[in-house]
Amino acid sequence: MPNYWNEAMECMDPEEMRKLQDERLMQTVKRVYENVPFYRKRMDEAGITPEDIHGVEDLPKLPFTTKADLRDYYPFGTFAAPMEDIVRIQASSGTTGKQIIAGYTQNDIDNWDECVARGLTSIGVTRKDKVHVSYGYGLFTGGLGAHGGASKVGAAVVPASVGNTKRQMTLLHDLQSTTLCCTPSYALHLAEALQEVGLTKEDLNLQYGVFGAEPWTEAMRTEIENKLGLKAYDIYGLTEVLGPGVSMECSEKQGMHIQADHFIAEIVDPDTFEPLPAGQEGELVFTTITKEGMPMIRYRTKDLTVLHTERCACGRTSPRMEKIRARTDDMLIIRGVNVFPSQIESVILRHAEVEPHYMIYVDRVDNTDTLEIHIEVNETTFSDQVKKLEDLAREISADIQSVLGIKAAVLLVEPRSIQRSEGKAVRVIDKRKLYK
Amino acid sequence: MTTKQLSVFVENKPGRLAEITKILEEINVDIRALSIADTTHFGILRLIVNNPEAAESALKGAGFTVSLTRVIAIEVKDEPGGLARALRHLTVAGITVEYMYAFITKKENSAYVIIRVEDNQKAIDVLEANHISVVCGRDIYDM
Repeated sequence: MPNYWNEAMECMDPEEMRKLQDERLMQTVKRVYENVPFYRKRMDEAGITPEDIHGVEDLPKLPFTTKADLRDYYPFGTFAAPMEDIVRIQASSGTTGKQIIAGYTQNDIDNWDECVARGLTSIGVTRKDKVHVSYGYGLFTGGLGAHGGASKVGAAVVPASVGNTKRQMTLLHDLQSTTLCCTPSYALHLAEALQEVGLTKEDLNLQYGVFGAEPWTEAMRTEIENKLGLKAYDIYGLTEVLGPGVSMECSEKQGMHIQADHFIAEIVDPDTFEPLPAGQEGELVFTTITKEGMPMIRYRTKDLTVLHTERCACGRTSPRMEKIRARTDDMLIIRGVNVFPSQIESVILRHAEVEPHYMIYVDRVDNTDTLEIHIEVNETTFSDQVKKLEDLAREISADIQSVLGIKAAVLLVEPRSIQRSEGKAVRVIDKRKLYK
Repeated sequence: MTTKQLSVFVENKPGRLAEITKILEEINVDIRALSIADTTHFGILRLIVNNPEAAESALKGAGFTVSLTRVIAIEVKDEPGGLARALRHLTVAGITVEYMYAFITKKENSAYVIIRVEDNQKAIDVLEANHISVVCGRDIYDM
């Protein structure tokens, strides 16, 4: 017997769903045209008005929205609701030092909780479960997003947040939580910590894992499932569109179900931006059709994947997206945090008059992502005093931590020791194998 | 009254010091004194040589990061307490020594000590006022 949270929406006849999307899209377009100067300007430039949009088939007429737009119209330039209706602000990384923010009305929060509740229900979580949330609570959407959905289901939520692995182990053991929500790499980290304190998976009571915020492979899924004795499911989302819960796997593990009554997903050719049919790989683009605080029109995720539209064995009719296969930009996800190399570059530049050559190394050691930055010492940064060089490395490291929120090891290296590339400079070496 | 010191950034990997000394050999530069400050990942090689400018340009040409820093060389008696007296005067004057290193001279019964401070002139004034012999750079290069 499949588990549905909202059977009417999750299993709606595709034609009915299409009509609902048509209607909601028209409302959203009208709303943003009237309330958001940014969208009005873009639509005017494209020579279209809300009257030109009659439904999903007209979506390609609308201009795309990108992260750069959110930065340019930071902080409130893409909000469509008056501030008195905004009840929550969350944030995510921007492409430079500045973060981007998202605003939510109470309806947005309710819908967010609904999306996560649907996902949790689809894997078997009920109000009888104890849900341990080890996503970060705060501006990052992971913690509060998972928390809201689990609360909506009626489960007992343990808001453990990140860090202090030993305490997390103790909580998981003592409370016998049934569900774990965290990044897949942290799940593996917990599994190893379990061994270290002399516990086995049988000492825990975990049944379900809801893992997201970073790419992971089927091999990692198998490893996590074996080590923690649970069933591991992928959850997807992004702050600009909502947060976690835009899509999530059901118990069939045949792709992540997109909540189609809230989001219209498109796949476009990453070079020509022409829409591609289901089954073809391309860039995932989302249009929100219920969001009030910060609706998104054709938001380019820069994630490459494939959509499937056939009905799932679980009975749901919603379109499913495969795991993210790659990024079309240089964004890295390190310990669940979105990192753009340009953010690191801007920090380095603040500390050197002449741009030094540098290389960003990302690796995964003992299931924890590591970030190491090698910077070539040049005439402007060199000193005959050890203290000054060590201070420089420490200051850059501290600045990177304050910008990114994650630790980075900064190593000063000799000039010309970093390999030069012909053509486009290679600034990042990612040794992890996160995509299949 | 100061002495030019070459500082070279050296990563901790095999062969780097051999490489530097080979370059100096090729341009016929003679090393008068050297010291290395080492950390986990890198070191700073400090050199006093007979021709600092030639050494600087040769090392830079070979791709090393080099700086020429002015340091103070003093001559102390090679006997117990010789260095202690000099340092005591600097301490009293509130001058912090960033680093130092010593070497024996060809002169009988005396040693040279290289001292790195923030304010060279202030340190020289203090040393000379207390009859500590500050050696001219030229005398060391031509040693």
